[in-house]
This record gives sequence, structure tokens and C-alpha cells, in this order.
Amino acid sequence: MARVIVVTSGKGGVGKTTTATAFAAGLAQAGNKVVVVDFDIGLRNVDLVMGCERRVVFDFVNVIQGDANLNQALIRDKRVDNLCILSASQTRDKDALTEEGVERVIGELTERFDYVICDSPAGIERGAQLAMYHADDALVVVNPEVSSVRDSDRVLGLLASRTRRAEQGDEPVTEHLVLTRYSPSRVDKGEMLTVDDVCEILSVRLLGVIPESEAVLTASNAGIPVTLEAATDAGQAYLDAVARYLGEEREHRLPTQRKGLFGRLFGS
Amino acid sequence: MGILDAFRRKKKGNSAALAKDRLQVIIAHERSGANAPDYLIPLREEVLAVIRKYVAVDDEAVRMQIEREGDYEILELNVTLPESGSHAASDR
Ligand SMILES: Nc1ncnc2c1ncn2[C@@H]1O[C@H](COP(=O)(O)OP(=O)(O)OP(=O)(O)O)[C@@H](O)[C@H]1O
Ligand SMILES: [Mg+2]
Repeated sequence: MARVIVVTSGKGGVGKTTTATAFAAGLAQAGNKVVVVDFDIGLRNVDLVMGCERRVVFDFVNVIQGDANLNQALIRDKRVDNLCILSASQTRDKDALTEEGVERVIGELTERFDYVICDSPAGIERGAQLAMYHADDALVVVNPEVSSVRDSDRVLGLLASRTRRAEQGDEPVTEHLVLTRYSPSRVDKGEMLTVDDVCEILSVRLLGVIPESEAVLTASNAGIPVTLEAATDAGQAYLDAVARYLGEEREHRLPTQRKGLFGRLFGS
Repeated sequence: MGILDAFRRKKKGNSAALAKDRLQVIIAHERSGANAPDYLIPLREEVLAVIRKYVAVDDEAVRMQIEREGDYEILELNVTLPESGSHAASDR
């Protein structure tokens, strides 16, 4: 049975698209059939980050409006087998997505793929709610910073109330925390919330900690999901998160705070 | 890194700790409001109006929240009366 995974955050620019594409590529690299659906209507970016922006002919809205079928709109990744994207449209009409249309397309995708990854737009309005509605699992992307943490908590509230699972009284959406843009040196200095702080405040299971990394920018410049650069810190961190998602036990290795003697003495 | 760094660090250490404290307070507050039923706000307004017939209280005097305990929902109502017991309604 296919799983629908929403990548969401509330706050904008925290790393949803980076996470959605990396996670999708990682799942496909592990041998699964995966599609990434860009729900950010009017501001599509999955195509660029995945390096297929010039191959978009038909998009999500075209499929919903019946102007194209899924076969025409799905774009196959050229590097990873079994990885496809369904692009958002650049239309400015935010109401181009309808509840029924989304339901139909997600339904068709779950018949063809093992994982359907929904890259949510920022905010907690209609677009974000449509992206999360059909989710079985949620990757809640958060930066170690006050406004991002607060917004994530709002999103957690929506996941628990405004999703199909919540409305039908099914088992709730499984929530996973992905802490991104984490800078161990700033945590060491006490300038940034720690992994433990964020987990304690939000009380959600931690799936992965992704360090602040140049590799993310380099990969997106080139249009390559960062997990294809397995040797990089961020690529490795995302691959670890995917492995954990798939049930493997892996230690959270990378950005641990190494407290020196003074750090401990002064309790920073 | 020298001893001075350690001292500097101690000072800055407050910034993340402060962030955490503030977040815990605001999130607890927002969570209690998020799953409140829609009638809670008008109900609070009406209760406040009724109380004001008898006692002069300020806008924040009435607090309401829903607590869940097992299968029960408990409506908690808190009214803070002014210290001097100043009576508002002149006809009493
Ligand atoms: N771990 C990281 N290290 C460094 N830069 C990062 C990291 N994660 C994301 N970024 C950068 O942050 C920016 C925003 O990332 P991204 O587009 O994934 O966020 P988003 O949440 O999808 O944004 P939006 O809300 O606009 O859709 C990009 O420039 C991206 O390269
Ligand atoms: Mg995005």
C-alpha cells in the first residue's frame, strides 16, 4: 500500500523543497517507486531543484483540469530509476487546485507509486491544507529558531485536525521532525536552540538533523537532489533520515554538540 | 579557545535558553487555544458582561479554558475580582 508523505513547515524558506526532493531521491535510491508532487502553485521550484525545469510541458493543474493525463505530466528523473515529479503550475490562480481534483490525482498516484511526496507551500492556508490532507506521514521541517518552531507547532495542530485521517477518525498522521540548517558551532555558543530543545518543545519523534551545509546550495545550483551527493554532510544526513524512515536504526551522528570542559563548567 | 571565550559563551548561552523559555510559554498558550470550541470566545464575552452588571472588572478578568481529562471535557472559568471590591453598578 502506497504511503502519502507531506513535507510541511508553516514558515517559508526553511527547507521543505530541499527535504522533499532529497527524501524522494533517497527513497528511490533505496529501490522504491517515488513521485514528488509540487503543491506550491504559482511558485514551483521542485523542477529546478531536481534539474528538470526544461522538461515541464504539463503540470498538476493541467491534470486536474483534464487538459492532460498523468502519463503526459509525470517527468521521469534521468539519474534515479523510479523517481518522477509532477510539477506545480505557474498560474497565479491559487484556486486552480480543487479538493476533488487533488483527491483524484493522489488516488491515481498511489496506485502507481510506493511513495507520494507532497511538497507543501509555506503558510497554513488552503494550499498547505490541501497538501497535507491525504497524508499518511508528515515530515515537519523546522529550523532551530523561534518563529520556525512556533509555526511548526501550528502545523502539528492542523495535521491532527484538518487531514483526512483526522476527519475520518483513522489512525493519526505519523509525524516526523526534520531539523534543518542546524549549525553545531552556533549551538555550542548558545546562540541556537539545540536538537533536544526543539524536540522537547514540539514533542515529535526526530527523524533527522540536517546541518547547515554548502552542499545544499551547490546541489540546487546544479539541479541535483543532495542525496545523490552521498559524500556530503547534508546528503549523508538525508540518507540517514530516509533509512530511519524505512525502519533502520541509525544513530544521529553528525551535528552533535561537543562540549568542552568550559562549556560544561559554565553550563552553556 | 581561551578562558575568555568560555565567559563570553556563558553570556550568549542565555540567548538560546531564553528562546526556549519563551517558546514553551507561547506554544502552551496557543495549544490551549487551538482546540478550544468556537463558542468559547462569545461565551467569555457574555459572562464578562454579566459580571460587569455587578462588579467593575477589567477586560482580562474572565479567563476560560477547556481541559480534557479522559472522556471528559472540563470548562474552567476564572474570574479575578478587583481588590477593593469597588462596585460598579450604581443601582446596587
Ligand atoms: N541544510 C541547508 N544548508 C544550507 N542551506 C539550506 C539548507 N536547507 C535549505 N537551504 C537553503 O535554504 C533556501 C530555502 O530552501 P527551500 O527552498 O528548500 O525551502 P522551502 O521551505 O521549500 O521554501 P518555500 O517556503 O519558499 O517553499 C534555499 O536557498 C536552500 O538552498
Ligand atoms: Mg518550497
